[in-house]
Amino acid sequence: MINEYEIIETMNMFSRQHLDIRTITMGISLYDCCDSDANEACRKIYDKICRCAGRLVEVGEEISKKYNVPIIHKRISVTPISMIAAASGSTDYVMFAKTLDRAAKACGVNFVGGFSALVQKGYTKSDEILIHSIPQALAETDFVCSSINLASTRSGINMDAVRDMGHIIKQTAEASADRDAIGCAKLVVFANAPEDNPFMAGAFLGPGEPECVINVGISGPGVVKHALEGVKGKDLGVVAETIKKAAFKITRVGELVAREASERLNVPFGIIDLSLAPTPAVGDSVARLLEEFGLETCGTWGTTAALAMLNDAVKKGGTMASSFVGGLSGAFIPVSEDEGMIAAARSGSLLLEKLEAMTCVCSVGLDMIAIPGDTAPETISGIIADEMALGTFNNKTTAVRLIPVPGKGVGDSVEFGGLLGTAPIMPVNRQSCADFINRGGRIPAPIHSMRN
Amino acid sequence: MNSDKNTAVITVLGNDRVGIIAAISNLLAEYNININDISQTILAEIFTMVMIVDLQEVVIEKSDISDKLRELGNKLGVQITIQHTGLFNAMHRI
Repeated sequence: MINEYEIIETMNMFSRQHLDIRTITMGISLYDCCDSDANEACRKIYDKICRCAGRLVEVGEEISKKYNVPIIHKRISVTPISMIAAASGSTDYVMFAKTLDRAAKACGVNFVGGFSALVQKGYTKSDEILIHSIPQALAETDFVCSSINLASTRSGINMDAVRDMGHIIKQTAEASADRDAIGCAKLVVFANAPEDNPFMAGAFLGPGEPECVINVGISGPGVVKHALEGVKGKDLGVVAETIKKAAFKITRVGELVAREASERLNVPFGIIDLSLAPTPAVGDSVARLLEEFGLETCGTWGTTAALAMLNDAVKKGGTMASSFVGGLSGAFIPVSEDEGMIAAARSGSLLLEKLEAMTCVCSVGLDMIAIPGDTAPETISGIIADEMALGTFNNKTTAVRLIPVPGKGVGDSVEFGGLLGTAPIMPVNRQSCADFINRGGRIPAPIHSMRN
Repeated sequence: MNSDKNTAVITVLGNDRVGIIAAISNLLAEYNININDISQTILAEIFTMVMIVDLQEVVIEKSDISDKLRELGNKLGVQITIQHTGLFNAMHRI
């Protein structure tokens, strides 16, 4: 018998602590949409997405009603477009992005991920075309997200691509300069990109994934923070245990929703991504959760240790709750999307260098960080290179989503609105790394890639 | 409690007043929903009433019962929610 305490605890998690299913993401393989005629390929892509995901939003809403659980987003991820568009012979893939955008709108989802390429070891012709189409594609679509995998522990770091992406990010910012460079909020570069990630902007359906699959991303920093408020002053072993228990409960909600969505849509269940993904709402912040450990402001000494423990305990609780935990699973530390991070960055306590250290122990990377518009492309590449090195050499996923806002500098801020939030422009070390970046080539895979 | 059973938990939170149970029972009767269990308590100084109901033929996600309960709650000045019991079993039972 369920007792009242459990019922009230559950109610509070949803109503007061912002627990939600962040996204139900349907992965759709587009391999069968390749065609030597680009228009025909686009027609096949549009038809297939609408056929597979036509009921996604409706089913999401039904499940939300049944359990009274908020399901914030319904989204689609597809096979990296560089693989699908290659056969078309096109020299510009903007029309593919527009096709994805139209399909997303027809299905009623709010993002489609997969305008992507995997270039960790080198470019195909198609990868190059895709990358050069990014600025225009993101400026002329609303819902398309793009991701590029630049590095992996197995392959090392493609420094030619790191160099090029510095320029592409700048061009993407310029192409959407009238909207505070929002194109860059839809573009992420990865090391060791997960192939089953349901979260945007980095979602795509990897080459080893099934025909169609349901992945669910769940969030709830507020629930963990609330749980920690109950163990103030207790030792860190107690804290770890408390986080694990909260993570377990959160993940079970995700598992329930994922299984039910999978059954109703008759699509296999892939993974639960248990990520503490903040929103700009007060009470839904990872920074505030870190401060609950006993830190005056996020970014001060101790932040990395607290985050490491948080990330690990979240995963431990989550893996007990579902056998198929994947994606990025851990804690996200986007700056603009987290009320506490914004405050810490404004106060000067949280700097880019500290965020970089934090990415060594959390699930993603330098995320949603606005930097001065006059930052050199080589400097952006340098930031990316450092982050790729952290991922590659530590055998983890890392990512970079930077927004060089044209015409703005330190002290200014940008408003993206909605879940993308507000970003104070953060200072960047301006010493040049151009000669390093312009060497190009590849950074060889680390010795521990030799596992065979 | 078996999650396969088609039962739901109705929770009422807020200030106690005359007629809450009567109003909810009336609404449930309209939808042919049987009340299996009912209890009320003061938890953390909030009046809390929990009902376990049998949905039989009613499918929560396709009917307007959850909206009707929310409207009734607004009228009575309390928060009323209905959730399938599968949620609680998933979260609180290994």
